Amino acid sequence: MAEDILHEVTQNEYKYGFTTDIETDIIPTGLNEDVIRLISSKKNEPEWLLEFRLKAFRHWQTMKMPDWALLKIPEIDYQSISYYAAPRKNAPKSLDEVDPELLNTFNKLGIPLEEQMALSGIAVDAVMDSVSVKTTFKETLAEKGIIFCSFSEAVEHHPDLVKKYLGSVVPYNDNFYAALNCAVFSDGSFVYIPKGVRCPMELSTYFRINASNTGQFERTLIVADEDSYVSYLEGCTAPMRDENQLHAAIVEIVVQKNAEVKYSTVQNWYPGDKNGNGGVYNFVTKRGICKGENSKISWTQVETGSAITWKYPSCILQGDNSSAEFYSVAVTNNFQQADTGTKMIHLGKNTKSHILSKGISAGVSNNSYRGLVRVGANAENARNFSQCDSLLLGDKCGAHTFPYMDVNNDTAIVEHEATTSKISEDQIFYCNQRGISTEDAVGLIVNGYAKEVINKLPMEFAVEAQKLLQITLEGSVG
Amino acid sequence: MRPIPNIMLEIKDLHASINGKEILKGLSLTVHPGEIHAIMGPNGAGKSTLSSVLTGNPAFEVTHGKVSFYGKDLLELPPEDRACEGIFLSFQYPVEIPGVSMVNFMRTAINEHRKYNNLPPLSATDFLRVMREKKELVEMDNKLTNRSVNEGFSGGEKKRNEIFQMAMLEPRLSILDETDSGLDIDALRIVANGVNKLKSPENASIVITHYQRLLDYIIPDFVHVLYDGRIVKSGTKELALELEKKGYDWIKQEVDKK
Repeated sequence: MAEDILHEVTQNEYKYGFTTDIETDIIPTGLNEDVIRLISSKKNEPEWLLEFRLKAFRHWQTMKMPDWALLKIPEIDYQSISYYAAPRKNAPKSLDEVDPELLNTFNKLGIPLEEQMALSGIAVDAVMDSVSVKTTFKETLAEKGIIFCSFSEAVEHHPDLVKKYLGSVVPYNDNFYAALNCAVFSDGSFVYIPKGVRCPMELSTYFRINASNTGQFERTLIVADEDSYVSYLEGCTAPMRDENQLHAAIVEIVVQKNAEVKYSTVQNWYPGDKNGNGGVYNFVTKRGICKGENSKISWTQVETGSAITWKYPSCILQGDNSSAEFYSVAVTNNFQQADTGTKMIHLGKNTKSHILSKGISAGVSNNSYRGLVRVGANAENARNFSQCDSLLLGDKCGAHTFPYMDVNNDTAIVEHEATTSKISEDQIFYCNQRGISTEDAVGLIVNGYAKEVINKLPMEFAVEAQKLLQITLEGSVG
Repeated sequence: MRPIPNIMLEIKDLHASINGKEILKGLSLTVHPGEIHAIMGPNGAGKSTLSSVLTGNPAFEVTHGKVSFYGKDLLELPPEDRACEGIFLSFQYPVEIPGVSMVNFMRTAINEHRKYNNLPPLSATDFLRVMREKKELVEMDNKLTNRSVNEGFSGGEKKRNEIFQMAMLEPRLSILDETDSGLDIDALRIVANGVNKLKSPENASIVITHYQRLLDYIIPDFVHVLYDGRIVKSGTKELALELEKKGYDWIKQEVDKK
C-alpha cells in the first residue's frame, strides 16, 4: 500500500481535478428574487417551499458575512455566481438514461453506481453540481421503509416529512451562509429511517462540483425515528480551477428517542494550487439535534480539501441521557485556511458530549479549532470532555485553539485538554534510518497521530482518508 | 596465499562538523565482512558523530574525506538509501513515534528495504512469521511490539527494541551507538546475546561504547580509540582492558605530546 501511496503522491497533485464535458443547464449569474423563482420553478416546487426560499433570501439581504473566524476571506461577489447548474438530461429513470459521460465521471471518482455497490454494502446518492444524479439501492431500502432519495424527490413524494423537518435544526436565519443556502439550495439528499429500523447498509452521498463559476448549495436532511440507526457517509471533490468556487451546504439531523445517527465526512474539495490560487470556499452549516431520550449523534470528519473551511458540525442535546461525539481531523497545507470545530449544546439531563479534534498544519497554512460547550440551566449532570491536539509541520504554519465554555449548571463537569506538537527532525531521521523516505515518514507519523479519528470511519473511508492525509501533505517537509 | 578480503566499509580522512564546529578531524577506518570493531574514547571525542555521519543525519556536514560502502560512495546517498544498502544504526537515544504501531513501522521499513532491492513486499503472514521468530531471538516481549514505536518504553526496552529492529532488517553493517548505556546487567546480556546470534561471516558491526563492560559480552576483533576527532590508537581486545584499567588520560597525553 505504501508503494501505491508514494506513486500517487509523486504523480498527482489533486487527482480529482478533472472536468467532465457534459451538457449543462446553467442559469445566468446573479442573485435576486427572480433567480430564486426560476430555481424553484425548474424544480417544480410547491408554493410553500418557494416562500421558504424567499423568506430566507429577504433575510439574507439584511445580513453580513461573518468575520469572527480566523480566516482571511477575499470579498465574494455573490452576483457573479451562477446559482443553478444541472447536467441537462434530467431525472433519469434508470441507469441506462444517465448520461454516459456522467457515469464515467463517477467511475473515475471510484463510485460505481451500479448494483456492484452491493459488494461494499453502500447505497449512494451522487450529486453533480446542483442535481442529484442517481440513488442506488432505493428499492432494497424501501422494503424496510427507509427513504433515501434526492432532496427534490423527497419534496415531491414526501412533502409532509420535508415540511415538518426542513429548517427545524438550522433555521433559515441561522447565519449568513445558511440563509443563502435556504434561498438557493438546489438539491441534496434526504434520509428517513422509520421507527425501530436499523439501516442495513451505509448510506452515502457523493458531491461533485463540475461547472465553472457555479456555487454548490446542497442540503442534507436526515431523520432517524425512534429506536432506529443509520450510518451516513459524505464525500466531495471538485475540478481544479483558477477561480474560487463557493460551496455553502446545510446538513440537518433529527434523532428521536433511542435512535442513533453516525455521520462521516471525507471532505476533499479542491484546495487551490501551491501558490494559493483557486480552490473551494467551504462554508457549511451542519447541525444535529438529539431530540429524544437516549438518542445519539456522532460526527466524524476528515477535512483535507478546500481553500477555506468554515464549518462547525454541532449537536443540540435536548433529550435526557442523550450523547454526542465529534471526531475531527483537519489538515491544511500551502495556503489553505481552516476554522473548524463544533458546538455541543447541553439542554437535557445527564447529557454527554465528547470532542476529539486533531489539527495538522503545514506550509503557510492556518488551522484553527473553535469549539463551544454550552450547558443550559436545566442540564443536570451534563458531562463534556474535549481534547484538541495540534500538529505542526515546519515553522511557517499556524495552529490555534479557541475553546468557549458557557456553563449554567453547577452539576456539570466540563473538561478541556489541548496539546501542540511538532514532527521532529529526530523522528524523521529515525524513520529514514530504517529505510523509510521522508515523505513516507510524514505520512506514517501523521496517520499515527490521526489514527484515533480515522478508526471511527467506516472501513472504505478510512483507507481513502489515510491516503488523502498523505497526499495533502506532499512536499510539506523539505 | 590468503585471499584479499573484500572491503565492506572504507572511511578515508573524514572531516565533519555540526553548526560550524569541526568534530571529526580526519578519521580513517576500514571494516571487512565478519569483523566486529569497537570504538572507544572519552566524552566529546566524536563517537556519536561518526555514527550520525555514516547514516546521513542531516544535522552534520561532511567537509572533507570519503566513505565507501562496497565501493559505493556512501556520502552521495540519502539516509534511507544507506539504510536499504544495509547500514543499521542502533540509536543511543531512540525516539518515540506516538500513534505508529511497531508492527506497522516494521512492515513499512522491511518493505521499503525489499523495494530497494527489487523484491516484492512481504505478505502479512510471512511478515508476522518473521516478526515472531525475531522476537524470540532477542527475547522481546509481545506487549512491546503491540505498542507505538518506543512510546512509554523504559530505557532498556528501547535498546532491546533497537536490537529487535536490527534482527528484522538483517543489516550488512550494524552500528551500535552506546547500546550499553542505561542497561542493567540482565538487559545488557540479552542485548549482547541478540547481537552475537545475528553475527555472521557476511555482516559486520561497529560497537561504539564508553565502557569495556559491553565487550565482555560482544567480543571485538579490533578496538580503536577515538580522541579529538581521530582514531589515535588501534589494537585488539586487550586494548579495551587496558583502557578500563588506566582510563583515557595516558592516551590523551600520548597524543598531545606528538
